[in-house]
Amino acid sequence: MSERTVTLAHGAGGTQTNELIDSVFKAHFANPMFTGDDAAVLPQPQGMIATSTDGFIVSPWKFNGGNIGKLSICGTVNDLSCMGAKPLYLTCAFVIEEGFSMDALEEIAAAMEKTAAEVGVRIVAGDTKVAGKGQCDGVFITTTGIGEIMPQAHTSGTLAKPGDAVIVSGDVGRHGCTILLARDDFGIESDVDSDCAPLWGTVESLYQVTDQIHVIRDATRGGVGTVLYEIAGQSSVGIRLDAASVPVDPRVKGVCGMLGLEPLYLACEGRLVIFAPQEHAAAIVEQLRRGKYSQNAAVIGTVTAENPGKVIMETEIGTQTVLPQPKGELLPRIC
Amino acid sequence: MNESMARARDIITSYSGRPLRIMEVCGTHTHEIFRIGLRKLLPEQIDLISGPGCPVCVTAVGFIDEAIWLALEKRCIICTFGDLIRVPGTEMSLAGARAKGGDIRPVYSPLDAVELAKANPDRQVVFLAVGFETTTPSACLAAKQARDAGLTNFSLLTANKTMPNAYQALVGSADAFLYPGHVNAITGNATCYKLCIEQGVSGVVAGFTASELLTALAVAIKLLEKGEPFFRNCYPRVVKDEGNPAAIALMNEVMEPCDSEWRGLGMIPGSGMKLRSEFADFDARIKHNMPVITGRPNPACRCGDVLQGKIRPCDCKVFGKVCTPLHPVGACMVSDEGACAAYYQYS
Repeated sequence: MSERTVTLAHGAGGTQTNELIDSVFKAHFANPMFTGDDAAVLPQPQGMIATSTDGFIVSPWKFNGGNIGKLSICGTVNDLSCMGAKPLYLTCAFVIEEGFSMDALEEIAAAMEKTAAEVGVRIVAGDTKVAGKGQCDGVFITTTGIGEIMPQAHTSGTLAKPGDAVIVSGDVGRHGCTILLARDDFGIESDVDSDCAPLWGTVESLYQVTDQIHVIRDATRGGVGTVLYEIAGQSSVGIRLDAASVPVDPRVKGVCGMLGLEPLYLACEGRLVIFAPQEHAAAIVEQLRRGKYSQNAAVIGTVTAENPGKVIMETEIGTQTVLPQPKGELLPRIC
Repeated sequence: MNESMARARDIITSYSGRPLRIMEVCGTHTHEIFRIGLRKLLPEQIDLISGPGCPVCVTAVGFIDEAIWLALEKRCIICTFGDLIRVPGTEMSLAGARAKGGDIRPVYSPLDAVELAKANPDRQVVFLAVGFETTTPSACLAAKQARDAGLTNFSLLTANKTMPNAYQALVGSADAFLYPGHVNAITGNATCYKLCIEQGVSGVVAGFTASELLTALAVAIKLLEKGEPFFRNCYPRVVKDEGNPAAIALMNEVMEPCDSEWRGLGMIPGSGMKLRSEFADFDARIKHNMPVITGRPNPACRCGDVLQGKIRPCDCKVFGKVCTPLHPVGACMVSDEGACAAYYQYS
């Protein structure tokens, strides 16, 4: 039996477009706000709203621990969550390459449904386009989200303060490592899986410890190392990193050793970097370790007034050196 | 820090004798020395200078131009170690060639390029063979595998280099060399002994961990204090005097010495490796009737002086201003093993 595939007719706006929408997307995304009208009409939240948009072109579309569908929900949900915003609504736009497997599309939509349900976010509008063979690669997804900011939340990359503890919510570099191996370019076998996860629950749990969370950022492309440099720059502070305390899965460490990669610069898709006053650090870590997606949380450094814009590491011979910044094409199409 | 590391550290930090210049020849050493902040331990009398041991850094501009010609004029698939992609050629880098439609693919091993050729029988695949004795054997193995598989769409663009004649060109530029452990693991130590006995050139073979680097440097300092020429193997767990005879035999079967142009050092007789005539079918220059292509380095770039230890990267006028890791003007700013990139990233 030949495999069902997406054709250009599915994107032409006629009967087959409706079929595709009904059989794949409506079947998975159905909710009272997902109507057939030109735009979704939504009730106004009470608090401030946060909005974010993100495009996803990961290759391969499916990897150990997730697929592009799950990733497209997690990416936008996590961006909203990092602002202390409860994700409420998402829209999604698909660009699908002619010939893409209908079963694969079904699998992607199912993953989106499952991940959205876990967070309690509703998909309220969408769009589907089909591009000719070779004009895109498989499927590209863009999601846009709206969230309601919790009244007690006030976080920004500009708010890190000297004396803050730097906390990471789990081991670093798993997503980047997983995609690298999934492409099979290196002939390395490992069962490492992506950390791809929706983190609203994790963020919500932080506020059970304290409202004094200065910065929350999810480490995606460029990994935790890039986040540290972003925050050091935005807040004009230095960061002293205790490299030995950064949690790294032994499998990731092994792959990085073989390929000469730095785990701090490999992408994550389910990790938060949190800056909060030192006196709350232990309680935050303890709280995080109780969570489903943050069992390996650890304090990895402190914020300093010295060396603004720089991340300084202690070395094994007792000297200090700067964490070098990543450059160029570490790995394209990671998310 | 264990006891032996602490002892080595003390020897280094308490040195108070005459000024010493010690050159780390190997790019991996350069990178590790920066990573562990070794220079910060050094008293001011000790100058640790970086030599021409990063394969990407010493690759001549003309070689990049040749690879771009194969990519854009001959529409070959170019397989390369990733670092080479951003090295500037005369007009552009391989990244620039890719933006113009060239099919440039980073690979981890030359054998991956052979597999790519098998999978793409209607395309010509060229592997950019650069590097020292450490990487040349795998390029030789790729040529043999391609021949054994009867491939007619695979070739090597060679710029392989060997260290012995380069040492010769560097004699007098330092009081002692930290010899590259990985190279000596293949070649053995005969060249280093010979340099010591015949020309009074001192040096130690160093490994790559913090402990191994500290130890090698401490040994070099202690022996320099005595004033007699010396050679010591401080990486005996990996480096044997006889080297790796199987790898040497493989190199000699597939390649032979030739003159080679080094960025910064110019043409050094007998310092390169090219495919033997039996493997001419796998020589990209012959196979694709390549014209003579001569590169023109950017005149503002002083990578050449950096590679010979004549200046520090920060002494170059373009360093850190127009020349940065994101926009490299010279090759030394591209690779993580390049002296300029290391200085930039860790300062």
